[in-house]
Formats: sequence, C-alpha cells, structure tokens
Amino acid sequence: MSDLAKTPGTSTETSASDAPSTAPAAEPSAAPIPAVDPRLLIREEGFKGYWSEFTRKVRGGELGSLPVFIGLIVIAIVFQLQNSNFLSASSVANIAVYSSGLGIMAVGIVFVLLLGEIDLSVGSVAGVGAAVWAVLNVNNGWNDWLAILVAVLSGMALGALHGFFFAKIGVPAFVVTLAGFLGWSGLQDWMMGGEGSINTPSGSVVENLTNYFFEDKAAGYGLALVAVLAYAASLLVDSKRRKAANLPARPVAEIVLRTGVVAVLCFVVAYVLNEPSGARGLPLALVLFLAVLIIADFVARRTTFGRQVFAVGGNPEAARRAGINVDRVRITVFALSGTLGAFGGLFIASLSGGATKSVGAGNTLMLVIAAAVIGGTSLFGGRGKVWSALLGMIVIQSIQQGLNMIGMANAVQYMITGAVLLAAVVIDSVSRRTQKTAGRA
Amino acid sequence: MSATPVLALRGISKRFGAVQALTDVDLEIHPGEVVALVGDNGAGKSTLVKTISGVHPIDEGAIEWEGRKVQINRPNDAQELGVATVYQDLALCDNLDVVANLFLGSELRKVSVLDEIAMEKRAKELLDTLSIRIPSVRIPVASLSGGQRQVVAIARALIGDPQVVILDEPTAALGVEQTAQVLDLVERLRERGHGVILISHNMADVRAVANKVAVLRLGRNNGVFDVASTSHEEIIAAITGATDNAVTRRQARTATKEDAK
Repeated sequence: MSDLAKTPGTSTETSASDAPSTAPAAEPSAAPIPAVDPRLLIREEGFKGYWSEFTRKVRGGELGSLPVFIGLIVIAIVFQLQNSNFLSASSVANIAVYSSGLGIMAVGIVFVLLLGEIDLSVGSVAGVGAAVWAVLNVNNGWNDWLAILVAVLSGMALGALHGFFFAKIGVPAFVVTLAGFLGWSGLQDWMMGGEGSINTPSGSVVENLTNYFFEDKAAGYGLALVAVLAYAASLLVDSKRRKAANLPARPVAEIVLRTGVVAVLCFVVAYVLNEPSGARGLPLALVLFLAVLIIADFVARRTTFGRQVFAVGGNPEAARRAGINVDRVRITVFALSGTLGAFGGLFIASLSGGATKSVGAGNTLMLVIAAAVIGGTSLFGGRGKVWSALLGMIVIQSIQQGLNMIGMANAVQYMITGAVLLAAVVIDSVSRRTQKTAGRA
Repeated sequence: MSATPVLALRGISKRFGAVQALTDVDLEIHPGEVVALVGDNGAGKSTLVKTISGVHPIDEGAIEWEGRKVQINRPNDAQELGVATVYQDLALCDNLDVVANLFLGSELRKVSVLDEIAMEKRAKELLDTLSIRIPSVRIPVASLSGGQRQVVAIARALIGDPQVVILDEPTAALGVEQTAQVLDLVERLRERGHGVILISHNMADVRAVANKVAVLRLGRNNGVFDVASTSHEEIIAAITGATDNAVTRRQARTATKEDAK
C-alpha cells in the first residue's frame, strides 16, 4: 500500500543547534511550510482511499462498531434460519421496545464509562424511580407528568450523591455505586411497602411509554425521511463550512454514500414496523430512545461539557491543569447516569405492568453495562460513542428475543449473554492493545 | 529590549512546613528574552516556577507584572495575566486529537456548542507560524512521537497568546533531533517577543538558546549571568557553589590524563 510508505523526517537540518554555540542557530527552514507533512498517511481520493484507510484502521485496532455490525448480521441470519418469524414486524417491534428502556439507561452508563468509571447502581436507581412514580401517581394521586418529573429528578439526586462521594470525598466509584446498588434497592423495597407491586393505571402516561404505537404509517416513514434529510443536511453544511475555511472536507461522494446507508437502514426499519401483517406501527418507546440518543450524542461530541468528559476520562490531571472543574464534570456525569437510570426504570415498570419490588433487580444492571461495552465503548475511559448504547442493546435484545422464540431455557440465555459480554470485553482489550502497538492509544 | 520587565519577582520566599524552599529570590524576564533557570536538584527551580504559575502562592515578596504589583494565588490568575506553563509531563489528553488538546479548557464556541472549524483553522495557523510539523491536527495525541507531543504542548501554551512562557525541562525526554526542534521553537518564541523561562539541566541547551542564566542554589539567587560573556565553568561553579566541585575535579582529572598521553 503506497500510502503507508514513510518518508524520512523533514527536519534533519535543524540538529546543528544542539552544539553549545552561543550564536543563535540559523533559522532552518524559513521557506513556507508545506501544508502537509510527508509522513501523513493521506487518504487517496475515491473509494480505493476509503478501503485502504479502513483496512489500516482495522489493523491498528480501531475496530469501532465493526464487531457489533458483524455480530448483528450473524445474529439475524442464525435466528432467521431457526425461526422465520425472527425478522417479522412484531418481533422487530418487540426488540425495539425492549431495547428502549434499558438502552436509555445504557446511554448514562456510556458517559460514566467515558470518564473511566463504573456505575453499578443504575438498576437500583431505576427501581427507585419506578417506585417514586408509582407511589406518587397511583397511591397519592399526583398528576402523571408531575410524578414522572419527580421520579426522574429523584434519580438525578441519587446520581449526584454518588458523584459527590466519588469526586469530593474520593471514594472509588465502584464502591460508592455498589453501596448505592444495595442501599437504593432497599429504599425501593421500603417504598413499595407491603403491597409488593403497584399496577400501572390503564391509559396512564407510563403505560403508554412502551404500549403506544403510532399506527399512522406516515409517522414511521416521516421520521425516517426527517432523519435522513437532517443527516444529509448536517453533513453538507459541515462540508461547506470546512471548504469555506480552507480545511479538508468530506467529498460529495462520501456524503452521498453515508446518506444512502443511513437512508436504507431508516426506511427498512420503518417498513418492517409499518407494512407486514401484524405490524403496529412506530413504537413511542423507540422514538423516545432515539431522541435521548441524538441529544446525548450532540452533548458528547459537540459541546464543551462533552469535550470535558472525554478529557477527564483521558487524563484527569491534564484536565485539571487546563482549568476544567474535574469534580463538577464527575458529579454531573453521575447525576446524568442517575437521571437516565430513573427514566429507564419507568420503561421497565411500563413493560412489566407496574412498579414492583423487582424492577431494576436481577440482570438489569448487567445488561445495561454489557450493552454499552458490546456497543464499543471502552471500559478504560475516554473512548466510545453514545450510539454504542443503541447497537449493544439491540444485540442483547435480539439474542434474548431469538432465544425466546426458539424456546431456549432462561438458564441458557444467561450463559449466552454472558459469553457475548465476555467476547465484547475481550475485543475491547485486544483492540486497545493493538492500538498501543500501533501507537494510537 | 524594553526597560520594564514583563515579569519581575522581588524577594520571593516560600516555606513548606519546616523547609525554607525559597529565600529572597529575585528574577526578571523581559519581552523577547530567554532566561534559563538552572540549579542542582532541590535548588528550588520547580518551586519558583510553581509560584509564578499559581500552583503555590508565595509567602513573602512581590510579583510585578509590567511594573505593577499583582497577586497570583491560583493557576487561573497566572493564565489571566498571560503566563503559560508547559509542564514536564506535558499534561496532554492522549485520547483527544491535537485540536482538542490545543484548546482544552479554552474551547472556541458559540453559546455552549464547540466551533470545531474555527478551532481547527486557528490550530493550523498557529502550528504553521511556529513551523511545527505534525502529520494531521485531527489524529489523537497518542499517535504522535515524543518530540511532536512536546511541540504540541508548547503550542498549546501559546493559544491564549501569553507574554511569558515557562518551559519545565522541555528537552529532558527527547532525542537529538527532537531536542533541536524544541530549541528552534524556543528561539521562535523569543523572536515573536515572548518572554521565556527555560528550566533545564542541559548546559548545552541553555547556552544554545538562553540570553541570561539565573542560577538558584539552596533556594537563593546565586547570580544572573549573561550567556554570551560567561564561561561554562563559571555557571557550573555558581550551581554547585564552589570552584572546586565534582565537575571541575573531573575535568582536571581527564585533562591530566590527556596531558600524560
């Protein structure tokens, strides 16, 4: 591959100034600097350039979302061969709805993992969120929206408390959130009182979270169209601004290709949700999940706060010296994780028909963390994408859905999910090691 | 060179518990001047730099900025005055790209949204004016060599357009060529009118770029020398505190051996 060929460094002429002479070293290269370093691995124009850059990245251990995509395709093929209903409308809708609540919680975990920390309390916080909502809304007759707001805010408060103990007191996040995991599930138990479960009133907002479908086909297709147009527009505007500023910009071919891929994905999903027999339309849960993803992705990549999260995850001391308030970033991230945890808890309650003592218990926590990691967010901090919450959660829910459909026992499901998580962590560790040897970590 | 120093330390003292780290230290930095701060281990170089960069507030004495007295109690105070420090460990975030590292803590933004394009443009301009060559401003700092990381760290100090730049052992971990690149960069800073404080143990580096050498010994001034008119031995003597020291004894020994040959 010609673009991998390295040419020698360009500044050998400057080493003369190492000699202990008092005369200032002659300005070595007053001539205008070439715009591009010859050592730069330049991407060739056209699709050949894409392919060579892609293979180089994979060899350097930057796998990104590649393993997940391959995994999803394998999962789809395997289960579709076992049971031809796997890719049916109701099955896909099921995967989407079951992914949403846990996926929203996984978004919070992605932020915590970006910091290089872990939050073991999300399951219990979800349970507390559901319990707060149920007690206020059902037992005390509060307004739906107010009860939901208070439930989500209580999750934020619990998360901020974890963050406070971690950032200000210096207790390892692992221990703080482990204490939270135990303590808040106790609080949930206590709030649920003797009843043990509080059923979701029919027609309530929380029931609709996972039970409402936009039956009008225009909703699904419209959303897909808006998403594709918005995506293409953002790429075009960015490319135009970069060209105006004389910076390397995406070629039009790439924009067309990317938009095409996104469009195919969006419309296939919309079609499967809308058209086949038994289709109920676009689930509200999926819309909410996508909204959380888009907002969180924007925050992570485009805002000062997101940049600070990555910086603290990469090198906290450097972040501190750069004037970033590290404690505030940490507390905010844990509060965010708690907020999204409680919000996700409402989805779980909605799916299980009400708040119970076991909402958020069991393997909720493990699935949420597994989703973030399977999706490609590093456990070692500073590397990851918000979208990994979506990808990872789809993988997990597809496996569960598929195993349910072919009637696999619960015990086997746990073992398989565990194996997938282990595989994801192994991929993370190995790719990190490859990145180190390739000088990219 | 203007008469008023951009930064002047007058009678600085600093104690840590029972240790008197700095006693009555004076130092002046003029624009367009490289002052090398030398001294043996434990002489107080790093402590002095940390008082200037706001990490350790001074106990006694005064800091003057362009002739007027100022207080530096926090790193932000120093940054606001126009003092930028390049720490020995560079303090870069490996996972972020060059642009993100350059602007870390002072991102260009519209409301709270990062203006990546403006930052990238500005980063390119800055790196070009400093003749810094790195493969791309959009690769993670982890994939840069030691010398490239060092120049990125120095470039980062210049983002806020400071008047005084402090370099703490910028060449300690570098190879021959990278050292030369950093020394070139120091010269360019001087040409652009920045005042530079350079901490180094390497006399060759010091003599190559510094205008003045300020020697610290046991937390006190032990002379400020003009590099052009001072011999290597005089500076070594000031650092060690005696004309009869390990360095001169060694030189004398090797000289006698050569004579004997």
